Amino acid sequence: MTQKRLFGPEELGIILHRLACQLRESHSDFSSTVLIGLQPRGMALARALSQILAQDYGLKSIATGALDATFFRDDFRRRDEPIRANRTEIEHSIEGKRVVLIDDVLYTGRTLRAALDALHAFGRPQRTELLVLIDRRFRRELPIQPDYVGRHVDALDTEKVRLEWAEDGKLESVFLVSETPAP
Amino acid sequence: MSTLSVPHLLGIKDLTPEDLDLIFKTAEQFKEVINRPIKKVPSLRDITVANLFFENSTRTRLSFELAEKRLSADVVNFSAAQSSVKKGETLVDTVNNILAMKVDLVVLRHSAPGAAYFLSQHVDASIVNAGDGAHEHPTQALLDAFSMREALGRDNLKGVKVAIVGDILHSRVALSNIFCLQKLGAEVLVCGPNTLIPKHLHELGVLVESDLNTALEWADVANMLRVQHERMDLPYFPSLPEYIAQYGVDRKRLEQLSRIPVIMHPGPINRGVELSSDVADSEHSIILQQVENGVAIRMAVLYLLAAQRTPHYTS
Repeated sequence: MTQKRLFGPEELGIILHRLACQLRESHSDFSSTVLIGLQPRGMALARALSQILAQDYGLKSIATGALDATFFRDDFRRRDEPIRANRTEIEHSIEGKRVVLIDDVLYTGRTLRAALDALHAFGRPQRTELLVLIDRRFRRELPIQPDYVGRHVDALDTEKVRLEWAEDGKLESVFLVSETPAP
Repeated sequence: MSTLSVPHLLGIKDLTPEDLDLIFKTAEQFKEVINRPIKKVPSLRDITVANLFFENSTRTRLSFELAEKRLSADVVNFSAAQSSVKKGETLVDTVNNILAMKVDLVVLRHSAPGAAYFLSQHVDASIVNAGDGAHEHPTQALLDAFSMREALGRDNLKGVKVAIVGDILHSRVALSNIFCLQKLGAEVLVCGPNTLIPKHLHELGVLVESDLNTALEWADVANMLRVQHERMDLPYFPSLPEYIAQYGVDRKRLEQLSRIPVIMHPGPINRGVELSSDVADSEHSIILQQVENGVAIRMAVLYLLAAQRTPHYTS
């Protein structure tokens, strides 16, 4: 297994601040917005973004939640092992709200399809948007596109994108991991 | 680990501590699901479950049926009272006839110990034992342990002291609870009249105590079992008032203790026998939480067993 670092902390800091700025631009005071991180890996990103929004724009009480879409996946009984479910915590009503789904990597789009289904159990948002840090845009298997993108990463099917978070919740690095050593 | 080590749930005896942990972690997520406005997930959309109840049950059958429906499975119900069993059909024939209608999972309640095991050897479906005679009732033990974790606010039961009180002899709940609690590292004590405690039970490594006050003083949790009048072919104790005097829990008895244990009961309660009404409805009792957790636990078991079944469309 080999891994290559794509982005370091400084570059990622710039990307996260830009994403926060874009959210601020279209959601103004976030009074009718709910940020929802997709479990397990979207949560850290959602937390990092709300931290920046609080620091840079004084928006300290943005409604956030965590959504786990495991039970809505379309690959149940098609994988060797079922995925372990994580906690869902949606304490704010999403009925009539603008929901921003947040995940680290958008790949085939299947997790997002499951998440859209799972979200329905909590109400009917006025609008649902998607924010991802990494968009692997040529690997989509469903017609799902993000509204906010950190970076595009074009990689082979056998390669994986992995994010590394520091203890204090800061995004350290993004790696491209390949199972087979490079030729 | 995200798969069970067994293809069927026949008894707690067959499960590993890792299996128990996986079931509890999965049930925690399902408990959140059943508290949503829409309490349903599509996971088992392509699964059909047959609930075969050869013995009466209200709560367990309802709980299984709700769990199945909340996972979007198709459900067929069968109870022996209105079936061809009366016409002399064997268990294997009955079940194979049902399986011919493409059923993936069978939930079986039967009066014969080992019925679920027997069936698992002869039919091609995952079997969930919903009680076989006085042998095991694994989902009850799972929901009991899950409720204890929740009531005590811990994610393991290491060193927790659990007293199982009452009619141990006729109880499948007791045996499954003993296996389950021991695998989780809890200490188990059984308490009841000598006539209702099976001989050699101490060989399972449980403490045996005949005095209820001593047992309650020792315990963090007291699981009160029902006196199963319907299974008593002999008089096991002199009279009901005498049983109540010695083994019934009421508020007065609890107030004499230095600390009051969590009170549990698998239901149905004989009010005024093993538990007085004021205790059953008190803040110490978690009986209704047990019922709620039962649905979450059964969803977890069905989900994890279904995950192992090969989908029809790949064959």
